[in-house]
Amino acid sequence: MEENQSGSSQGAESMEDNPRRNFLKQSTLLTAIALTPAAAVKAAENHLDEKVAAVFEKMPVTIEINGKVHHLSVEPRTTLLDLLREQLDLTGTKKGCDYGQCGACTVHVDGHRVNACLTLAVMTDGKKVTTIEGLAKGEELHPMQEAFIKHDGFQCGYCTPGQIMSAVACVREGHAGSEAEIREYMSGNICRCGAYPNIVNAIMEVKAGGQQV
Amino acid sequence: MKQFQYVRPSTQQNVIAAIAQPGTKIIAGGSNLVDLMKHGVMSPDKLVDINKLPLKHITQGKNGVHIGALALNSQVAEDQIIKDHFPLLSMALNAGASAQLRNMATVGGNMMQRTRCPYFYDVAMPCNKRNPGSGCGALEGFNRMHAIFGQSDKCIAVHPSDMAVAMAALDATVTVVGRKGERRIAFTDFHRLPGDHPELDNNLAKDELILGVDIPANNFAKHSYYLKVRDRASYAFALVSVAAALDIDNGIIRSARLAMGGVAHKPWRLTNAEKALAGKPATTANFEQAAQIAMQGARAYKENEFKLKLAPASIIEALNHAAGLV
Ligand SMILES: Cc1cc2nc3c(=O)[nH]c(=O)nc-3n(C[C@H](O)[C@H](O)[C@H](O)COP(=O)(O)OP(=O)(O)OC[C@H]3O[C@@H](n4cnc5c(N)ncnc54)[C@H](O)[C@@H]3O)c2cc1C
Ligand code: SF4
Ligand code: FES
Ligand code: FES
Repeated sequence: MEENQSGSSQGAESMEDNPRRNFLKQSTLLTAIALTPAAAVKAAENHLDEKVAAVFEKMPVTIEINGKVHHLSVEPRTTLLDLLREQLDLTGTKKGCDYGQCGACTVHVDGHRVNACLTLAVMTDGKKVTTIEGLAKGEELHPMQEAFIKHDGFQCGYCTPGQIMSAVACVREGHAGSEAEIREYMSGNICRCGAYPNIVNAIMEVKAGGQQV
Repeated sequence: MKQFQYVRPSTQQNVIAAIAQPGTKIIAGGSNLVDLMKHGVMSPDKLVDINKLPLKHITQGKNGVHIGALALNSQVAEDQIIKDHFPLLSMALNAGASAQLRNMATVGGNMMQRTRCPYFYDVAMPCNKRNPGSGCGALEGFNRMHAIFGQSDKCIAVHPSDMAVAMAALDATVTVVGRKGERRIAFTDFHRLPGDHPELDNNLAKDELILGVDIPANNFAKHSYYLKVRDRASYAFALVSVAAALDIDNGIIRSARLAMGGVAHKPWRLTNAEKALAGKPATTANFEQAAQIAMQGARAYKENEFKLKLAPASIIEALNHAAGLV
């Protein structure tokens, strides 16, 4: 089967000079045969409006990340979290549990907070993604970032990017009405350092400030 | 995660054709399927992304509400029609998962989510649901979360969905479509008991797609309550949950709806208790009697015996809340 490199952000990468992909190819060769790639290609031809990625194919996707449009090519199994961290070097978004349980990987997709670790990157094709790197306007920090600093909303800081992305969403969603409501709507973000009281204070202050977040 | 093919058809017809092929799975929000694929519990050869289908709408008609299969859990929970007329569903959805996950989770995906039994998740352990015939690790093992109703000696897992418990209580129907056309399934018949085939969670055929759910109009909006008992204050699966809905007129219960989560392989509707409540005054004493009736036939294991006490207490508490007595 042909490796589809067209439209790839990593156009220089070929099968020969990438040992990992070579290994993948060999290790899953049997599956590949069973899957009759020809049929997949034919399916692609039959439904031109559909995107089809065969087993070793990368899919061309267009994703706007922090205001910048990226034309990328991704393996279907790549999560948004791995795309951000490994392909795009946007390491602000953290990998905690990798299974949707801790919230460290929280980003906004089309304005809604989601767990990037359970999101397939191909499924964000055509969407807008905002990560912690996209919150500040140049040198000027986002009000939530300011509030986290002011209220000591972090200790080790590992969970902080996810907390802040969730906190911004929490206010935008209208769920920062009381301390109890904030705690409930921030419960998808786990902090091992136990910075919760200060995080709640930071959110309450931003909410009370009434700024555009 | 194993490599797989990915397609994103834009018509229902193409989705149905695609899912009929072996090794294929639908993906909606991905919050359950991607998790299971990362754990190696499920390893489809091909994913069919259905997000191009127009199945996101929530529409109110004279006879009730229709909710598209791709409506998000957060969208449904916050929807004004749902909040006004079916608050039980809003409460159940908001009790499930986290705000991030509810933004990913769809109605179709939520009812199709698989059990959280730890042996099902651990591919090194025996599990009849994951690997039919391999045995059940939970039967003699860590079974604190497991079933007390409707289980078999092949599987004692519970269905983890909160939304489904409310749907079952509200007499919802599921509309599905396959190669032979559309059909409707009562929500209470959608999920299966394990019997000899715990690998089958529900009665959806391999080539069928869920289009949406209909909930008939009712008089329960004023007296509904979803109670979820869990190990942490929030963001954990239910040990036991209760969906309670009452139609009360002048202190008398005209009709009642009751379902439990975390106790069976499917949302567990308590029809005998509902019948016992109909026509009676809405009092705690009557709720206690209903709870007793509801518990008939319950059977526990070494580590989940506490559910035999927790479940009836939860029923009484949920009914008290629904009736406005607490
Ligand atoms: C950490 C964590 C905590 C959670 N806590 C809770 C909780 O407390 N309560 C709760 O109820 N849930 C909880 N969930 C589960 C969550 O609600 C489900 O993962 C979610 O609802 C699944 O929806 P989805 O659209 O993401 O499904 P997907 O992952 O996309 O799909 C799930 C399954 O449904 C099938 N499917 C999807 N749509 C259709 C359709 N239209 N027709 C036919 N088949 C379809 C897929 O093939 C797949 O098998 C939790 C999940 C996580 C990760
Ligand atoms: S209870 Fe069911 S899901 Fe859990 S190990 Fe036994 S067979 Fe598997
Ligand atoms: S890394 Fe995504 S939720 Fe933990
Ligand atoms: S600040 Fe350390 S994990 Fe939250």
